[in-house]
Amino acid sequence: MNPDNEKHIIIAGFGGQGVLFAGTILAEAAIAEGKNTTWIPSYGAEMRGGSANCFVVISDNEIPSPIFDEADYGIFLSKAAINRFENIVAKNGTAFVNSSMTGKRAERQDINYVTEPLSDISAHSPEKRFLNIMALGLLIKKTGILTKESVIKALEKVSSAKKPEFLKFNLASFEAGYSLV
Amino acid sequence: MSSKILMKGNKAIAQAAINAGLQCYFGYPITPQNEIGEFMSDEMPKLGRTYISAESELAAVNMLIGAASTGTLSMTSSSSCAIALMQEAISAMATAEIPGVIISVMRAGPGLGNITPSQGDYFQATKGGGNGDYRTIVLAPSNINEAVELTYKTFYLAFKYRNPAMLLADGMIGQMMEPVELKPFNLKIPDTSTWAADGVGEGAAKRPSRKLVSLHMQGDDLPKLNAKLQHKYNQIQENEVLYEEFMTDDADILITAFGTVGRMARSAVLKARKQGIKAGLFRPITLWPFPSEQLKSSAQGKKAILDIELNEGQMMLDIKAAIEGACPVELISKLGGEIVKEHEIMEKLLRMTSQKEAVKC
Repeated sequence: MNPDNEKHIIIAGFGGQGVLFAGTILAEAAIAEGKNTTWIPSYGAEMRGGSANCFVVISDNEIPSPIFDEADYGIFLSKAAINRFENIVAKNGTAFVNSSMTGKRAERQDINYVTEPLSDISAHSPEKRFLNIMALGLLIKKTGILTKESVIKALEKVSSAKKPEFLKFNLASFEAGYSLV
Repeated sequence: MSSKILMKGNKAIAQAAINAGLQCYFGYPITPQNEIGEFMSDEMPKLGRTYISAESELAAVNMLIGAASTGTLSMTSSSSCAIALMQEAISAMATAEIPGVIISVMRAGPGLGNITPSQGDYFQATKGGGNGDYRTIVLAPSNINEAVELTYKTFYLAFKYRNPAMLLADGMIGQMMEPVELKPFNLKIPDTSTWAADGVGEGAAKRPSRKLVSLHMQGDDLPKLNAKLQHKYNQIQENEVLYEEFMTDDADILITAFGTVGRMARSAVLKARKQGIKAGLFRPITLWPFPSEQLKSSAQGKKAILDIELNEGQMMLDIKAAIEGACPVELISKLGGEIVKEHEIMEKLLRMTSQKEAVKC
């Protein structure tokens, strides 16, 4: 785990799962709390291969680098994502896993797993439920790295700018993830 | 909520250029700077300004020559292997004293390389791939707020000195988002009426015709031009050097780094201090003019310099030339898109500290 209150979060999945959006929400929520933050995606050729990931850093101090080798927390929405990035989760860190796509797994003994079938929950819900935002709910509830209120603020800000009709589903998805654990 | 907004580096640079009064943007796509052209294609037409998606980088930079010759605020943006294509035009701009602005967002080389972040174009930017004794003003931001400020400065300096000027960022600055405060542009672009080749139509009746040329075949025109340019470069060196010093006064080891590595080095200095290592940071912000005198004075009495670059130590040559042997210089170098890790910096500092008796000058 990283000292000095600096938190490293990797969010990984494939294109269309809202990986970059979820990272943006975390960064906006960090700004709402007056914290420093950086967000950097995979870009270019890698993106064209269908995978998507972003690195988010949240800190009370200046952030040296947006790219890191050790993540305190990993959100893995697909099998390829966990295969590629599980090993960068730091010892005693936590992996948040969409088990609908990865299967039940807890290969490493030195990290914690929070495993939920997010795609299935989303598919069986009568209303739209977004797995990326549900995953944020899990992350915030389990870790408290940011407050629920700032994430809601961030969702309101970003959704109303981009797709206001999605706001209520985003809020409900976040609540659904938050109350899963 | 704070007044800061979350913004990608490329977009922030583009917005800053627009704030500075950019009238013409010419570009051809290349990762990792594509958001600049994309943003310009949206925003410039809305403002009634010019956006041209050029047919090649060569076309883009020559459009830049044309537009900037008229005293119009103009720019192009590109990356590494495509900036390479623009070198002849940059030399021509320097020769004809045309204030073209170039944004270079570096990717890893050599050759086409790949799209990962790198600082491999220090030589390309500061020493130039064009011919002759010319100079390009080069500014290197280490975070997005600074990228905004230095974009402003790049336009200002280009026009103040009628010289090509470049903002040199790396793929990380271009692609990352962080909170940005977009301060307004409050520099005054110098008057262009004494030189701009803007006398289309009725202009010739108003004043004698003008030309801005790169070819000087007559008599001693070229030696005279060179003397004039060198005089100007000396003035730039004298007046426009920018750098950051952080905890250097009592430092034993001076870390030197530019751009994104500068922010990593700054944090390493704080960590090193906690472990009792007296480290300090000297970060050149203008890569040309290089802060030679300032670095030389900062290096006096230091036990060593640790230079950190995402290239094979390109800036180290300027560092060694500047300090004239004041202390030994060691290097951490990363190539081909690899990023320096904080623990590597700490281990190197520890090793240098434990050897400090041996490396004393």
